[in-house]
Amino acid sequence: MKEELMISGRNIPNIDPYLTIWHWQIPLYLFLGGLAAGILFFAGFFVVRGKESKMQATVKWAPIIAPIALVLGLGALFWDLKHKLYFWQLYTTIRLESPMGWGAWTLMIMTPISILWVASYMKEMFPRWDWKFDLLNRFEAFIIKNRISLAWIMMIYSIILGVYTGILLSAFNARPLWNTSILGPLFLVSGFSTGLATTIWISKDAKERKILGRIDLAFIVVELFLIIHLFMGFLAGSQASIEAANLFLGGTFTVSFWVYVVLLGLIFPAVLETLELWGYHVPKWLPPVLILFGGLMFRFIIVEAGQITRYIY
Amino acid sequence: MRYAMAIDTKKCVGCGDCVVACQTENNVPHGYCRDWVVENVTGTYPSLDLEFRSERCNHCDNAPCVRCCPTGASHKVEGGVVLVTHNKCIGCGACIESCPYDARYPHPEGYVDKCTFCIHRVEKGQNPSCVGVCPTRCLHFGDLNDPNSDVSLALKDRKWKVLAPEAGTKPQLYFLT
Repeated sequence: MKEELMISGRNIPNIDPYLTIWHWQIPLYLFLGGLAAGILFFAGFFVVRGKESKMQATVKWAPIIAPIALVLGLGALFWDLKHKLYFWQLYTTIRLESPMGWGAWTLMIMTPISILWVASYMKEMFPRWDWKFDLLNRFEAFIIKNRISLAWIMMIYSIILGVYTGILLSAFNARPLWNTSILGPLFLVSGFSTGLATTIWISKDAKERKILGRIDLAFIVVELFLIIHLFMGFLAGSQASIEAANLFLGGTFTVSFWVYVVLLGLIFPAVLETLELWGYHVPKWLPPVLILFGGLMFRFIIVEAGQITRYIY
Repeated sequence: MRYAMAIDTKKCVGCGDCVVACQTENNVPHGYCRDWVVENVTGTYPSLDLEFRSERCNHCDNAPCVRCCPTGASHKVEGGVVLVTHNKCIGCGACIESCPYDARYPHPEGYVDKCTFCIHRVEKGQNPSCVGVCPTRCLHFGDLNDPNSDVSLALKDRKWKVLAPEAGTKPQLYFLT
């Protein structure tokens, strides 16, 4: 047996004994970003497919949440900055190597797009809505005329935003739990699933809910598959990766991850959605609430656990 | 030019003078440090092995902190030294997350701070303050491309290791073993 003892005289706040630099703001933002990406992707998707009239909630009502989520997410990000007054430096630099830079610019594009999208449906949703200025009315007409193009741009940026929430973490080679390229697709799928869940919750049309429920079910299955892949990859990796996986396989995060994220956040709502598709009565709010809760927990756990994992030397 | 440091783990006694010298020289706020001493004990009693390492930023050749910085506040200057421009740093913490050596910390004033290899002294031809103050002279600093520099001579006929080479950062702190 070989004992090892490391003592270091350091005790820097938020760095020692393990990193806690990113608190609740980052996982909350990752959740809201993924949620907005999910809502907007499917809004654009059904417009491009010409199903606008059948998917009223998806196309018109749910997107109202997206700009709110994005602005709240941006607020959380700003809150997290420690040198707040210098935040504008993000937008005077373009650094292609920096995921954080990509994120800042993606949000800069995505937030106005989401606002334009909602604005273009204001008159349909609220018939008495009036833009008051002729210029705004003409601009609205321009957006409505080019809605299909806007839908395409929105779908592409939704994918970038969804993937980015994972890549932000996976680009950090120093944290073995995050340093896996599967995190990008996993966060994308999870974000889209939370977006779908929100739309299902809002929709009052049984047919629409059925279509969305089917898509969401597929996303949940893919997400479960990716989670299994994630751990397979870790267990086949270096000692640092194995120790990262062990946090979830008997370690500190075992119960919170497998119970809250996988069981309550994925498997249980998947079963409920299946029962609903088979015609059983399930409370309308239950599967979406579980999925949203699972998505939020997933991000909190991954961000916190990732900061604990590190290279061993 | 490539500045680097060699740390003689056989000579270091873990006194912590390098830490105090750095804190004084660079006005490091109370409770924080840019360099630190790790005491690494391995083996089973009674046959134990003790290694002292005076650690700091590795000024990596392939620095992840410079790569992930969204504003370019983390940058490299001549000699491969990694620095942070305070009024460009937004304090997002990405560089802190990216460092496998946990060599960076958020300064109470908001920006991220770290070892600078005492570039302000090196430019004047002096050694970094930790090197200058070490009572056992276990720290060697200089230009790796100059075969007669202190660090090159120290590395010439000694075995050495770097920390977490598998992280791919090409660190520039060489620990003589």
